[in-house]
Amino acid sequence: MTPAVPSAEAKRRRWMSLLSRAPEAQVLSLWAGYAPKPDFDWLRRPEAGAVMVRGRMGGNGAPFNLGEMTVTRCSVRTADGRVGHAYVQGRGRDKAEAAALVDALMQGDEAPRIEAEILSKLEAGMEEARARRAGKAAATKVDFFTLVRGEDA
Amino acid sequence: MYVAVKGGERAINNAHAWLAEERRGDTGIAELSIEQIREQLALAVNRVMAEGSLYDPDLAALAIKQSRGDLIEAIFLIRAYRTTLPRFGASEPLDTGAMDCDRRISATFKDAPGGQILGPTFDYTHRLLDFKLAAEGGAPEAVSEPADPMDIPHIASFLGAEGLLQEEAKSDATPRDLTREPLSFPADRAVRLQALTRGDEGFLLGLGYSTQRGYARNHAFVGELRIGKVPVEMEIPELGFAIEIGEIDVTECETVNQFKGSKVEPPQFTRGYGLVFGQTERKAISMALVDRALRWEELGEENAGAAAQNVEFVLSHSDNIQATGFVEHIKLPHYVDFQAELELVRRLRREAEAAQQAAAPDATQPMVEEPAE
Repeated sequence: MTPAVPSAEAKRRRWMSLLSRAPEAQVLSLWAGYAPKPDFDWLRRPEAGAVMVRGRMGGNGAPFNLGEMTVTRCSVRTADGRVGHAYVQGRGRDKAEAAALVDALMQGDEAPRIEAEILSKLEAGMEEARARRAGKAAATKVDFFTLVRGEDA
Repeated sequence: MYVAVKGGERAINNAHAWLAEERRGDTGIAELSIEQIREQLALAVNRVMAEGSLYDPDLAALAIKQSRGDLIEAIFLIRAYRTTLPRFGASEPLDTGAMDCDRRISATFKDAPGGQILGPTFDYTHRLLDFKLAAEGGAPEAVSEPADPMDIPHIASFLGAEGLLQEEAKSDATPRDLTREPLSFPADRAVRLQALTRGDEGFLLGLGYSTQRGYARNHAFVGELRIGKVPVEMEIPELGFAIEIGEIDVTECETVNQFKGSKVEPPQFTRGYGLVFGQTERKAISMALVDRALRWEELGEENAGAAAQNVEFVLSHSDNIQATGFVEHIKLPHYVDFQAELELVRRLRREAEAAQQAAAPDATQPMVEEPAE
């Protein structure tokens, strides 16, 4: 059962997932428009690496290795001691930095502003892109009809 | 004796400079950008990601540009690059049932819940060259209709509910990784699927075709083919819980094959599975056919001696980077090796001639020109 109020973990999972998947250009432009930026130290500078993506046999059986994807990660600590992490798809170091700082800010008083100015916009943009594709897919759904056969007429 | 030969540095440098010039082609024609390749040659990009075994469309597009469109060369570049990346971990297994499907068809159930969604397919086109594209393609627009946000369940679940389909074993065992340990035989199904998904499309297509033509006799239906986006989740060590670290396009194909039953399995349908990065439908279908053929032993089937049933044959030859490395290396200098062979052949000839003259001093027949083994 889904709890009515999402746990702190579920909330963080949501915003970190959003930041990982969102298009780099949009993350960077929204982050560029946010001020003031916090002072921070690097706990881990942005580093590009790979994650082995797994699938399941038959879609639901035992796991197997499908291939790797590029991921960039980093960690920051803001001047007031909040730690932010980022694991983002691709090799965008600036995107990873922005994502880690957003993660740190979401743990404090800035959360409502970040939610309104960045996260909700990312979510809306991605939902719009998803809906656009779903609409095109829907238009290619086959409507079968049965022809009247001679012997039935 | 080993004789090292040096030289050719100037020739090599100049060859590479010419390669760079040829790569650019006529400078009176606009240069290709990485974005153009990524957006407009997307299926080539997908193939390079799948066989390069690294999901990163921009890198694959760069590799295609650098390789002048030689996709195996591009795959080689990606394979070399991926060895330089640190491995952060492994994802949770993908949930392909939760895919946002661009395409989803079944050749077995017309009225499957979720429907038959054709997606952006070449099927049903007339394969006539479109000369309008040669002039100016323009920006065609797709039709959109209201989407029904219904779940699109796997077709296999319908047959499974009746018990007519072989069940996949439930397991969360960590699969062996053939990028970390050398291929060895017998190879389990996880290793086979990993090798197949990064294997050469042409090789798997040929093998898959051979199974349809009677080598390893398995008449397959495409139970389901789906293409779309799935989120990738990974547990983050710093956090202790999983987040989505991205979203990838994959093609999944499940074949169902009639199966009369064996000592170990009742009569039922059995399955072949294909899962490949990107929109790579031909590859995914081929992979599923070959996967099914390779399962003969665990299903207690007869070994018909077909190539597609021979795991060692399939897995040892499916990797186009290994294959091209060995096939193409024979063009590189083998001067010393060949010198030794030349000496050997000359000596054998002298000996044969001497033997012939000793046997029939007046013989005038010419030497038979056959290379000595």
